[in-house]
Amino acid sequence: MQRTDRDALVRRAVSLMNDGVCDRVLAWRRGEFSSDVSPGVFTDTESVEKELVRNFFCGANLSKYLISETEKTEKKVLIFLRPCDSYSFNRLLSEHKFNREKVYAVAVGCDGTADIGKLKRKCGALSDIKRRGDKIIAESLYETNEENEENEENEANGAERVFDLEDVLSERCLSCNLKNRADCDEIISDGGRDAVSERFFEVRRIENMSSEERYEFWRGEFSRCIRCNACRDVCPACTCEKCVFSNPSSGVENKAAANSFEESMFHIIRAFHVAGRCTDCGECSRVCPQSIPLHLLNRKLIKDINILYGEYKSGESVSQISPLNSWTENDADPSEVAELLERSRSK
Amino acid sequence: MTSEKTKTEAKTKMLKISLEKTGLLFEKLSAAGKLYIPVDGAAGASFEKWDGKAGEANKFEMKMSSAHNTVKSAKDVFFPQTEDLMRFRVNGKKIEVTDCSDYLNNSNNSNNSDVARADNSAQNEKTANNIILFGVRACDVKSFEVLDRVFLSEPCDTYYKARRERTVIFSMACAAPRETCFCTSFGIDPSCPEGDVSCIADGKYIYFEIKSEKGERLMSSLSDMSDISDILESIGDSDPESVASRRREIKRRAERLPLSGVSTEPFGAGTTGRYFSSPAWEELSATCLGCGACTFVCPTCQCYDIKDFDTGESVVRYRCWDSCMYSDFTKMSAGQPRLTRLERFRQRFMHKLVYFPENNDGLFSCVGCGRCLASCPVNMNIVKVMKKLGGGAGD
Ligand code: SF4
Ligand code: SF4
Ligand code: SF4
Ligand code: SF4
Repeated sequence: MQRTDRDALVRRAVSLMNDGVCDRVLAWRRGEFSSDVSPGVFTDTESVEKELVRNFFCGANLSKYLISETEKTEKKVLIFLRPCDSYSFNRLLSEHKFNREKVYAVAVGCDGTADIGKLKRKCGALSDIKRRGDKIIAESLYETNEENEENEENEANGAERVFDLEDVLSERCLSCNLKNRADCDEIISDGGRDAVSERFFEVRRIENMSSEERYEFWRGEFSRCIRCNACRDVCPACTCEKCVFSNPSSGVENKAAANSFEESMFHIIRAFHVAGRCTDCGECSRVCPQSIPLHLLNRKLIKDINILYGEYKSGESVSQISPLNSWTENDADPSEVAELLERSRSK
Repeated sequence: MTSEKTKTEAKTKMLKISLEKTGLLFEKLSAAGKLYIPVDGAAGASFEKWDGKAGEANKFEMKMSSAHNTVKSAKDVFFPQTEDLMRFRVNGKKIEVTDCSDYLNNSNNSNNSDVARADNSAQNEKTANNIILFGVRACDVKSFEVLDRVFLSEPCDTYYKARRERTVIFSMACAAPRETCFCTSFGIDPSCPEGDVSCIADGKYIYFEIKSEKGERLMSSLSDMSDISDILESIGDSDPESVASRRREIKRRAERLPLSGVSTEPFGAGTTGRYFSSPAWEELSATCLGCGACTFVCPTCQCYDIKDFDTGESVVRYRCWDSCMYSDFTKMSAGQPRLTRLERFRQRFMHKLVYFPENNDGLFSCVGCGRCLASCPVNMNIVKVMKKLGGGAGD
């Protein structure tokens, strides 16, 4: 595991632009607060030098933007790929979503990213937030207690609160353990965080609920959905040019679900549609403004695929063939599927 | 004239309640109408219907959230995300049309098709229940003014109007504004929100200041209730000073907020030409997903679509929120007028900062609530747009 220095990224971007290799850079741009970082497209070296950041708050993956960005230039688009993003990169490539010739891919290692939602719920009004090793230091504008109620006794100008990194780390980073799998033009560094939790831990917890509990759990989660479709729009496996749900001529277009049944159907259909293609990048859960743990639906399907057709991770290579698009003699027989899945629950 | 008078009178009508008794007050209020309060949930706070499940004495399970604001705004109460308007059923050679709107009872019981429109029946005025929105922040109260401009001007939206008119708003001063708040840029005072009854809390009491006749009527209907005098107290001599000092404290906090200097000055009516063709839109919109989360959480976004849904046995005509960020927004026979992401992105912000004030006496249709800052998956938002286009004011 290696930290990637911001300066290394800036240097590479500037020189590739100056050499005329690239004229667009996909990276992260600083915002209003230290925790406010956007995925950004840079088109000049000056803004690269001034605005590019690489830190704990760079949540967004970038490879899906290659679909549109490669169309906008005659030269190459420079992209920095973190380990998890390299899987999405491969996935998109294997579906021919962009022209590899028009991309200059640089691998960068990653030391974890924040779950901004968690962070915000933990902190009061932030004036600054920093990472120091495995601690997160949040400075508030004024003192609040644990519930973020203001603290009458101590009307200080600011207050510092310290968290363990793992408490505010994104779910996907907790179980990362990834290496860059894309065929990059260059490697600045490689490797994601060492996993501290097991990837299917939460899935198993939900599998072990009674069916009523499980139904209630998802009903509760989906009831908050506002159908903004951010989960779909960010997904590297959701690449239909026009999603049926946004296409007025499809007959099933819906800007809002007519009822809760429809609401669940949208998410379940989407999960099945990306099964075998979902790269487990965690972007769906990261972007959801209502903090719905969508990745758990996809992880459940990943887990089942692993059991029925053998270990498989979408995006490991460009040439891989999804077990759902192929048949081998070792595939589970339809008659044993139910039993195999049942048996796997307790594991 | 009359409102002036009510205002001065209202000064004398300040009441207070001890914080521990809030649950009891909610119990009373919920008898006077359908009460919504902000409560904490897994994804942050949201306005929920108060259910008076009482635990031990004076303790209620539903506690008012202390969050600076709800994730979604309170606009759902007047303008729900989806709402059934009517139902068509083919019966032999006839088509039955049923009004299935629930705008009068605002309940999930859709069996009220025989209810006539509120504005042409005095009878309904009486039967319609109050809606009470408690704990609305200053920014959101201001957002209702924006929505009113849209829905109450001719042709008036009767669905909205019926709900809006019978809603009593208890606003609440902001004790703990967040780094995303910039209401003061729009001239909003978070320490002294508007509303029918304006509330402010310190560590011990909630103080109520009655601001409108509607608020007055509701408060006096409360005083008809038994044991309300145990809950609501008149204010004492020192209270006005506690309130004033509390307001000063909140103002100080608001001034120290990182975005408090964002300036609206470069925007407003007549500035279309200055920004429409700005090259900055390209960079600003480049990574927008077009998801529309910003429009759905925004208290002032007001666009909707009307669609038919075939249930198999009938067709339901419903309306639902729409977003200018969507590729099929305002699609016409000639196609979608804004073909690119950039054009759609520009529309949202130009509407808030330029077109709306242009058509509404300078009123901006952003109230600085900061929700789009908090919810955008790519952290793109109106503050970044304002700073980039308006020249970085407030750094
Ligand atoms: S991102 Fe969240 S709120 Fe938006 S559609 Fe997906 S699940 Fe629903
Ligand atoms: S544009 Fe953003 S800050 Fe302004 S009112 Fe809407 S959600 Fe709030
Ligand atoms: S924007 Fe202003 S009124 Fe709204 S929650 Fe923040 S401080 Fe309160
Ligand atoms: S600005 Fe943000 S929230 Fe709004 S549509 Fe674009 S990505 Fe979604």
